[in-house]
Amino acid sequence: MAKLNIKKMNKNFRGQLITYAMVIIAFVVMQILIASGSVSYLLQGLMVPLCIYSIVAVGLNLCVGYLGELSLGHAGFMCVGAFSSAFFTKCMLNTGMNETVRFLLALVIGTLTAALFGYLIGIPVLRLRGDYLAIVTLAFGEIIKNVINVLYIGRDSRGFHFSMKDATALGLEEDGEVIVNGAKGIMRIPSQSTFLIGVILLLIALFICFQLVNSRSGRAIMAIRDNRIAAESVGINITGYKLLAFTISAAIAGAGGVLYAHNLATLTAQPANFGYNMSIMILVFVVLGGMGSFRGSVIAAVLLTMIPEILRGLADYRMLIYSIILIAMMLFNWSPKFVAFRQAQMEKLFGKKKKEAV
Amino acid sequence: MSFLSYLINGLSLGSIYAIIALGYTMVYGIAKMLNFAHGDVIMIGCYVVFTMTNSFHLDPLASLGIAIVFCTVLGVCIEKIAYRPLRGANALAVLITAIGVSYFLQNLALIVFGSDTKSFTSIIEAEPLVLAGGKLKIPVITIVTVLSCVVIMAALMLFINKSKAGQAMLAVSEDRDAAQLMGVNVNNTISLTFAIGSGLAAIAGVLLCSAYPTLSPYTGAMPGIKAFTAAVFGGIGSIPGAFIGGILLGVIEIMGRAYISSQLSDAIVFAVLIIVLLVKPTGILGRPIQEKV
Amino acid sequence: MALLEVRNLSISFGGLKAVDSFELQIEKNQLYGLIGPNGAGKTTVFNLLTGVYKPDEGYIGLDGVDLVGKRTIDINQEGIARTFQNIRLFGQQTVLDNVKIGLHHEYPYSTFTGIFRLPRYHKMEKAMNEKALELLDVFGMADKAEYLSSNLPYGQQRKLEIARALATNPKLLLLDEPAAGMNPNETKELMDTIRFVRDKFDMTILLIEHDMNLVSGICEEITVLNFGQILASGETKTVLKNPEVIKAYLGE
Repeated sequence: MAKLNIKKMNKNFRGQLITYAMVIIAFVVMQILIASGSVSYLLQGLMVPLCIYSIVAVGLNLCVGYLGELSLGHAGFMCVGAFSSAFFTKCMLNTGMNETVRFLLALVIGTLTAALFGYLIGIPVLRLRGDYLAIVTLAFGEIIKNVINVLYIGRDSRGFHFSMKDATALGLEEDGEVIVNGAKGIMRIPSQSTFLIGVILLLIALFICFQLVNSRSGRAIMAIRDNRIAAESVGINITGYKLLAFTISAAIAGAGGVLYAHNLATLTAQPANFGYNMSIMILVFVVLGGMGSFRGSVIAAVLLTMIPEILRGLADYRMLIYSIILIAMMLFNWSPKFVAFRQAQMEKLFGKKKKEAV
Repeated sequence: MSFLSYLINGLSLGSIYAIIALGYTMVYGIAKMLNFAHGDVIMIGCYVVFTMTNSFHLDPLASLGIAIVFCTVLGVCIEKIAYRPLRGANALAVLITAIGVSYFLQNLALIVFGSDTKSFTSIIEAEPLVLAGGKLKIPVITIVTVLSCVVIMAALMLFINKSKAGQAMLAVSEDRDAAQLMGVNVNNTISLTFAIGSGLAAIAGVLLCSAYPTLSPYTGAMPGIKAFTAAVFGGIGSIPGAFIGGILLGVIEIMGRAYISSQLSDAIVFAVLIIVLLVKPTGILGRPIQEKV
Repeated sequence: MALLEVRNLSISFGGLKAVDSFELQIEKNQLYGLIGPNGAGKTTVFNLLTGVYKPDEGYIGLDGVDLVGKRTIDINQEGIARTFQNIRLFGQQTVLDNVKIGLHHEYPYSTFTGIFRLPRYHKMEKAMNEKALELLDVFGMADKAEYLSSNLPYGQQRKLEIARALATNPKLLLLDEPAAGMNPNETKELMDTIRFVRDKFDMTILLIEHDMNLVSGICEEITVLNFGQILASGETKTVLKNPEVIKAYLGE
């Protein structure tokens, strides 16, 4: 009996180690390739976004795969993380603060702000079920993006000034500085996100998620997913654990946002980066990589981001081909007929091997 | 007077949302899936009308007819190729496939018609109706839009409640397996639902582009999301709900734009949605979910 | 004083009185049966006891604590655990984890401790595993600990539900048709298990059942419900001879 247990723990732990190893090996290989000059400049520029998407996908998988709640608003949490951290960085720019310390603090602030938003939004939203929850998270994501686009924050010797109208309404003194400039966003952010930082953050996100789901709280979260009524009957605090998973998920998305903000000089909230389209793109990674598989999320995020880049030579056709690949993969992975077909083939292969062995 | 003209604009936009939402809600009620590609069918419908009137110089109404037929066929094909193989699979897998179809339609339009924004000429060329001694001008397209919406809604209710096929739809939406056992052809019923929904999308698209005369491969995306919101707002799966949700959403959007902030109008729409769902978690006309213990 | 005391409990759904002036007294260590035709309101009584429904009126007391208006999770903490008529396991988790979720409050540690594997994590998990395996052993399922719970045969799924309920360390165990779908052999085995659980854990058990053999075999006292009202209650043998009860069951 006890042996069985040890075996299981080892299995979980081995899965974790394989994932970490995979990420580290991929990182080392890419670094070698980059150093040897065999990676195009374009592809090099893709390394940080790959990390960002992987991180957010891992976070979203916690919400979709383990909590079992469909969120279409994670781009909103990314947006919160990105803007709050960039705002902090901009404020601290001329204070002589050490760059690394500043970035670490920005990371903490971005993550915590996203967590706070996740918590506050989660309280009302998590009472809803299924598709209603999905549409409300989408709505929150859009509201966040929309509000940031009309938000103006400036600073002068008298302190901070806010406006929802335009930059002149801030009434800044001559030496004042507009930090958040409505639809123009935050400008001249120091680019501090590197591939290395991205990979470290990804490993941290993976570590937190893996350890969480293999603990008491993780079991409670999965119990709610599997059978809410039964979970309630054994005294699991449904609201509490839903909020916990949602908040952690939002915080991880926020960390991805911090990385995003410090990867570009100018940060704006566009439909393309923080709209529902981004939430959906991340969701595609999660579903295709396998709900409940963090490793799968990372692999899917990397592959699906690379496909359009690899197909770049095909110009306009690349996104068309991408969409066809996506549909085909979904059909192949999920269609009951295909699944049965695959299983039959596997059995054939498996059967053959057995015979050979005899 | 300006309030009245905003209200009329809101009703017009709301009618368009309502027609799109009808398609969303029917497909949801019967196939139990969120057809994310619905908005893009609208866009395809617009391009068909655009091509027919501009390249083939067809009569606008004839073009509309062709677009309806085209979209109907398109809807049925999408269902057959992409959604039917996934029947019985995880709902999320179907959702992602629908997203794939949406990408596909957008990028297909991008290749065929180019990324530039086309200016769409309204299918109805007529002098606006002038009321109250010139203070209130109502474009004819607005009247046509609102009327179309009411007619479509009434026809749909009649179809569902009176015709055999409509009854089959109700049966499938209630309990697919039981309907099958009672001899309802589930596959045909779902196809029919997609056909009707997509045909309606073509009409909605043309009305949309006549009122807001720009056309690009992404024209359908946002109205699609808004209409989906409208369907949820009214209680997804409910046809009168989609109608009420659509109209309310349109009016709120226009009023919000006029009186509060033009940049925040989307945020206002979504905020109202959130408030409604928090008070009534299954939408205005949605049936409460009851879980048997 | 009785362990469970229910007085004048009523609830109606849309004008229909599903449970009307229900009364119940269960002494500690008793094996009590709640029987009645389909739709008599038995499961509704369970749902009222566990806070799934709020009663229109009435009193529910467990060990002197008033449970009316409390949430399901708090009622579980007060000491009522239950199983379900339609089995509700955590299907995507192992048999062991199902029981460990039942032990959630018995061996607490924080989320932070869990993520960073602080010493308390290892201590608690170890104790939890031992306790869970001990419970599974009672039901002869320790060797199935690593199975996915949804892969268990039907009879064992029912047993696992009981084990999970016991894991919450209740004072009162509610079993909703524990023998449903079991063959006579399995039912007999189940009867032994229920008796064993009562003796080993010093448990008080209230069960809903249709299988008269099981009811007359293990229940010391029963209450018969019909159309939401109490038809008879008392010692099992006497009640089952009551002509009214026979009439309700045979529909004469």
